Amino acid sequence: MTTVGVVQFPGTNCELDALEAIGHLGGTGQLLWHGDDTVAGVDAVIVPGGFAHGDYLRPGAIARFSPVMQAVVAFARSGGPVVGICNGFQVLTEAGLLPGALQKNRDLKFLCAMAEVQVASDNSVFTSRTNVGDVLRIPVNHFEGNYTCSAETLAELEAEERVVLRYVDNPNGSVGDIAGICNGTRNVVGLMPHPERASHRLLGSEDGLPLLGSLLDAAGVTA
Amino acid sequence: MKYSVLVEVRLRPGIADPQGSTIERSLSTLGFDGIGGVRVGKSVRFGIEASDEATARAQVDELCARFLTNPVIEDALVSIEAA
Repeated sequence: MTTVGVVQFPGTNCELDALEAIGHLGGTGQLLWHGDDTVAGVDAVIVPGGFAHGDYLRPGAIARFSPVMQAVVAFARSGGPVVGICNGFQVLTEAGLLPGALQKNRDLKFLCAMAEVQVASDNSVFTSRTNVGDVLRIPVNHFEGNYTCSAETLAELEAEERVVLRYVDNPNGSVGDIAGICNGTRNVVGLMPHPERASHRLLGSEDGLPLLGSLLDAAGVTA
Repeated sequence: MKYSVLVEVRLRPGIADPQGSTIERSLSTLGFDGIGGVRVGKSVRFGIEASDEATARAQVDELCARFLTNPVIEDALVSIEAA
């Protein structure tokens, strides 16, 4: 059985949705408490959305120093599949697992809407079940989702095809319409849209399933 | 020695500041003309004990780089004075 650990910080609010979606796909979800310095027993990690530590100072700035994050970083560096969704993406950039940063949305508005994203690379632990060019309908729900990075980093991301998802109609001002990226070894992915909220037709879209399914595949390979 | 520290966290030049732009746009409506370049940041104040000012500054610089700022989008202006 493939087990996906879902990190829970004070202020996380998407962990149960993530567990539900993992279970729906036939995997086993397990919560990982922020104060525990281990991810032992899991085959993949999701850092879910929410407002870890109240987003105080900056989103992810305090969460990255949690005991569990030291274990998540070590797991990622050893090749384990790790995905950060929304606030989780912010945490992974702060932790240095992914380059760049998420700044306030261009129009200074909190966005809560369905978004269309196009798969730009199917070579990552979160997009292997998709094809380049697929358009997925997945909701976004964020204030700081405007991805930015240095010109050198952007050039590197593009040259190495590490942009995995792009907005069809950029809602937040992200450079290069970037909705999601992966690290150099393609086992760490961060994205602003919420695939766990697009995991059943009752939610209005099932387009998140191939993404979460990709993670289960990667977890199975590791396990 | 005790020092009091003021850290001003600022968005780096060239990083979009929608808060600053929104404030700037509203100024002319309020009748304040001729104001430009509005940028919004954060300030953090605290006390620190160190043997001398250079030691205090080195610690504060490290604190800024590791925690108080995200160097991708922010930098810090540090003021230190004997408390």
